[in-house]
Amino acid sequence: MFNQPSPHEVKILTRCFGVENSHRIDASLAHQGYDGLKKAIEMGADAVINEVKASALRGRGGAGFPTGLKWSFIPRTSPKPKYIVCNADESEPGTCKDRLLIQNDPHSLIEGIAIAGFTMNSNKGYIYVRGEYRYLIAILETAIAEAYQHNFLGKNIQGTGWDFDLYVHSGAGAYECGEESALLNSLEGKRGTPRLKPPFPATHGLYQSPTLVNNVESFCAVTHIIRDGAAEFAKHGPEKSGGTRLMCISGHVQRPGVYEMPLSTTLPFLMNEVAGGLRPGRTLKAVQPGGSSSPILLPEECNVGLDFDSLAKAGTMAGSGGIVVLDDTADIVSYALRIISFYQHESCGWCIPCREGTTWLKKILERLDRGEGSMKDVDLVGELAKNMFGRTFCALGDAAAWPTGSIVKKFRGEFETKLAAHQAKQVSAELVMIG
Amino acid sequence: MSLQLSEATQARWQKILDSYPEGRKRSAVIPMLIFAQDEIGMITRELMEEIARRAEVEYLQVEEVVGFYSMLRKQPLGKYHVQVCTNISCMLVGGMDLWHHACQTLHLGNKQTSSDGLISIEEVECMGACSWAPAVEVNYDFHHHVTPARFDEIISELKERG
Amino acid sequence: MATTTAPPTVINAKLNGQDIQTKPGTLLINLTKELGIEVPAFCYYEGFTLQAACRMCLVQVNNSPKLLPGCTTMVTEGMVIETESPLVVEARKSMLEFLLVNHPLDCPVCDKGGECELQDMVFKYGAGESRFVDIKHHEPERAFSPVVYYDPARCILCYRCVRVCDEGYGVNALGVINRGVHSEIAPNLGDQLNCDECGACIDICPVGALTSNTYRYKTRPWELKHVGTTCAHCSNGCKTTLGVRNDEIMRANNRDSSGLNEEFLCIKGRFGFDFNHHAERLQSPLMRIDGQLQPVSWSKALSAVAAKFLEVKAAGGKFGVIGSNRTSNEENYYLQKFARHGLGTNNIDHARTGDVVTLVDALSGKQGKLATMADLYQSKAALVIGSDLSQQHPLLAYELRRNWRHHQARIYAMTPGPVREDKYAAMKARVPAGQEIAALEGWRDQLAKEGELLVLFGDSVKGEAVRRLVDFGESLGIPVKYVALVDYANSRGAIDMGLTPELLPGFVPSQKPGLTMPDMLDGADLDVLWIVGANPLERRSLTGKRPFLVVQDLFLTGTASEADVVFPAASAYEKKGTVTNVTGEVQRLSAAVKTMGAKADLEIFGLLGKEMGLDLGIWTADAVFAEIRQNVRAYNVTMPILASGGAAPTTPVNGRVNVEMRPDLIQSAGDTLFTSGSMTKYSQVLNSVPERPGQLYKPV
Repeated sequence: MFNQPSPHEVKILTRCFGVENSHRIDASLAHQGYDGLKKAIEMGADAVINEVKASALRGRGGAGFPTGLKWSFIPRTSPKPKYIVCNADESEPGTCKDRLLIQNDPHSLIEGIAIAGFTMNSNKGYIYVRGEYRYLIAILETAIAEAYQHNFLGKNIQGTGWDFDLYVHSGAGAYECGEESALLNSLEGKRGTPRLKPPFPATHGLYQSPTLVNNVESFCAVTHIIRDGAAEFAKHGPEKSGGTRLMCISGHVQRPGVYEMPLSTTLPFLMNEVAGGLRPGRTLKAVQPGGSSSPILLPEECNVGLDFDSLAKAGTMAGSGGIVVLDDTADIVSYALRIISFYQHESCGWCIPCREGTTWLKKILERLDRGEGSMKDVDLVGELAKNMFGRTFCALGDAAAWPTGSIVKKFRGEFETKLAAHQAKQVSAELVMIG
Repeated sequence: MSLQLSEATQARWQKILDSYPEGRKRSAVIPMLIFAQDEIGMITRELMEEIARRAEVEYLQVEEVVGFYSMLRKQPLGKYHVQVCTNISCMLVGGMDLWHHACQTLHLGNKQTSSDGLISIEEVECMGACSWAPAVEVNYDFHHHVTPARFDEIISELKERG
Repeated sequence: MATTTAPPTVINAKLNGQDIQTKPGTLLINLTKELGIEVPAFCYYEGFTLQAACRMCLVQVNNSPKLLPGCTTMVTEGMVIETESPLVVEARKSMLEFLLVNHPLDCPVCDKGGECELQDMVFKYGAGESRFVDIKHHEPERAFSPVVYYDPARCILCYRCVRVCDEGYGVNALGVINRGVHSEIAPNLGDQLNCDECGACIDICPVGALTSNTYRYKTRPWELKHVGTTCAHCSNGCKTTLGVRNDEIMRANNRDSSGLNEEFLCIKGRFGFDFNHHAERLQSPLMRIDGQLQPVSWSKALSAVAAKFLEVKAAGGKFGVIGSNRTSNEENYYLQKFARHGLGTNNIDHARTGDVVTLVDALSGKQGKLATMADLYQSKAALVIGSDLSQQHPLLAYELRRNWRHHQARIYAMTPGPVREDKYAAMKARVPAGQEIAALEGWRDQLAKEGELLVLFGDSVKGEAVRRLVDFGESLGIPVKYVALVDYANSRGAIDMGLTPELLPGFVPSQKPGLTMPDMLDGADLDVLWIVGANPLERRSLTGKRPFLVVQDLFLTGTASEADVVFPAASAYEKKGTVTNVTGEVQRLSAAVKTMGAKADLEIFGLLGKEMGLDLGIWTADAVFAEIRQNVRAYNVTMPILASGGAAPTTPVNGRVNVEMRPDLIQSAGDTLFTSGSMTKYSQVLNSVPERPGQLYKPV
């Protein structure tokens, strides 16, 4: 039921996806599974961190922070326990890659986490899986049990004297828990509200101990980076955005799907060559290139690379790699409402501008979507989005304000049209009544 | 204690409780809640009190998380909880129409349950099936590329299964 | 040559164009406060954890367009801070606009109207015109307890209440439920509170979300007269500010944080004032006529008592006088003077609740050994022996907890049962009463490692045990201070003022000690027994010859109902004077209200003395206190401290107290947070909460 692969893909993280029983350790071992871990043990922690740095891997969860740098922040010699936490709370609208990675190749993930565990001198790791991905927990638990049997987890791993236990932890429905500090609160059994930073999780994470939190795809990438070398991975992307990433393209293209593409891929190439382009007779209206949190791009802005820096330069972001394509049939007002409804639903309520701002924006956009209200309301949406942006406790407020603000700015005409159409309908209804 | 849980759930609870370091049982609260809810259909006061006891936290600390996580619920839903995603990727390819179709054909509103208790429906946020939209999740089973016709088939299958 | 750079001791920065200097590690919001520049905030509250949730304190740093919260940003070298730039002003205004989206504008009926932080901020920084035209989210208000009410619609979620309850009081009875715009504060039983019912959550609430049942919808704050005085209940001596309207106390709080308790108050301090207007307050003297107590005029009652006193005195009869743990220092001083000089008797005593006398004696010749309230917050370590501190001495418990939170003070709890201090104690032990001193040896090495120690002990440590405790403390080789815990608002003052047969004011031994309280009650064959503000006959009766019994009290207590004459006394909230708390600090009482017909005990003494033709001096509180300052060692306190509502420390005699100690007479009443001796009965609030009457050493 998933999409067919594309011949344009560069299959590194997804290399085993077609293999029978790819989620079992035998298949994994037949395809160099855990060679990366063995190599990491040989290399030693410092070399591993340098390798990750050299790969130019940037966090695949959304923020795009250089992974190697993040790893270097962990005080590995701290007397406190160190924790490795895998963020599998994939919930950014437009994004569905971590699910595939876990389903098809859980051992690459476990291996990546184990490499991190070894590197950080950690003895415990957790995979925080969003509650909706329940079926993945069974897959992960089987894979973890297999890894224990093969001594890739557990006591005295591969004769190193190093112990590492890995557990799966289920979430229960909260987008906010994708934010790493909120995830840690949730993992501690608390409300998934974000924490004040600093201190950062690197030093005061899970149970106030040094904690490395990375996305599923980032850990998987580490497995391949360590096994094949940083250069082999880095070469697929521009200098500061190394490697491939699983790009999730959805919406109005002929072949929506998750494709592993080099980060040097451009948006038109992905859209047209990989995903088959728009449906016949349709024209492009807009693209959200980095999940629902990213500012929207007009067709004329779409000739852009999909790496982190190119998209940032274009005034938007690569985010979690969810590329949503809208053709001329899309109602942009409804689309904006759907985005803000999501953030309103998911706002944790901790800070005022996000809690109240998303609620207010939703109410205005509901009115506008019904064709009611006036252009003053459209201006108000823009102003409120501006007033929220950069002023909320965490990035969820920005994620709500940024795309919303960009939509009312770039598609003011569509709002005008919708309002005018509704007014015209009302006038004709009145005429009918008078008539 | 009026709370009765199956051996499987009790075993799951124990596994969860054993996952966290000494003195960190509070971490178990959310997974314990959701696994128990799967069995008894909702979060009850007795369940919260039992989890508070087992995880060695205050009752209020359990109450605080129950309302925070959208999958946890204090009302029972259908045996088959049919969740229709209407978030952007699904919406663009018919997710909203699918949701309206679900409401109309089942004569149910959001989070309402059929009179026989078999089926409930909910309009949900992104469930991670964006590239294979529109998506429906029945309890924890994903269905991709769901058209109204396919939706009707899924419902028939559920009704047959009973 | 190797040089080491010392960490900077001063940070230079620019604030609104001015060069300023501050200490390293200063929060931006505290810097502005020090300099008198207002940066508004709801969630920031000094002493509690940082939230950065309200986003009101956003300021501009280094001209960055991304504003930073002043409450979590440290001032660093060279920082350029703007608190009034157009961007900051605009952000503040928009934040208030967001806040008002779902906040009801029911200010005209809201209890907080007129003293609401949100109202003030909108007035000062907000937008006059609302752009919000949609329907507000609303939830109905609810009762969390007979005392605490919550209106979720008004709640702005600043989490102050949650923090004061958890971090401040260690009760943790409030939490946050639901998510996003549906988030609410919730009580620990789901729909009800099980807590100290202290109401700190109400006072700390910046808006009208948390209100008290005793005050809500009864008055407007601007109708109140505010009178600062000292709480009438336990010995901790919290300052409380009474809000008075038409001679009725409408509320008590301490929001100006001006007293030694800063903003701490417990249920008794915040709500327990209601005994004052209880329907059974005595408003006329009563005389036993034809076997029945009947209302009579003041003059009739005074002349009858004066005549009797004169008659007994002339006949060389026997007087007995029992004083109070609650009456003022002036009253206690005047009463003992009345007894000793007016009636010629040393038969004067009160219910003793802690062994202060032995402690003072055991510490003779040593300086600075008696702790003050400030030591509770500052001492590096504290040892609590034989007291359920959070129940019996809630302010002391609060201060110790605050000390632990802010200074990581190490707390040792040695008690007969579980106490709240257990949770954060460095060491705890369950030791039955009387065995503490022996058990302490086991902690010797540990305690000796502390830089200093504060020792608080309850009534189970008395007599020889106090001396052994002091010997133990003084042998640790570290500075040690002590507190002998006593029960009531002026228990300490009763001892200091000589309400004992063996001691005159200022711990001066009496040449001819009189009868103790139990002796007076038990077959003493007194001709007159005069009981002021005490209720010894509630649970026992007099034995032997029945004396002429005169009682001064607020209510017709068990003791008063036995009397031949009852004088209706004014309460602590109705008179001037001073009281001395458990840590020996003198504070002022102010007359906030009047009860028709009642008189202050001091005035009753004065009128009675006058009626008898005695010359005992002027009976105004000021005059008597002037005499106390001259005659009672340690009470020559700094008057401006008292006059400004502060707490003036006293230091009792620093020499031996050569009297026969009577540890057998010492017994704490064992009041909990929800009882207050005889007054318990007359406080509707104390009787309304589900936690009443409470229990000491309650198992968790």
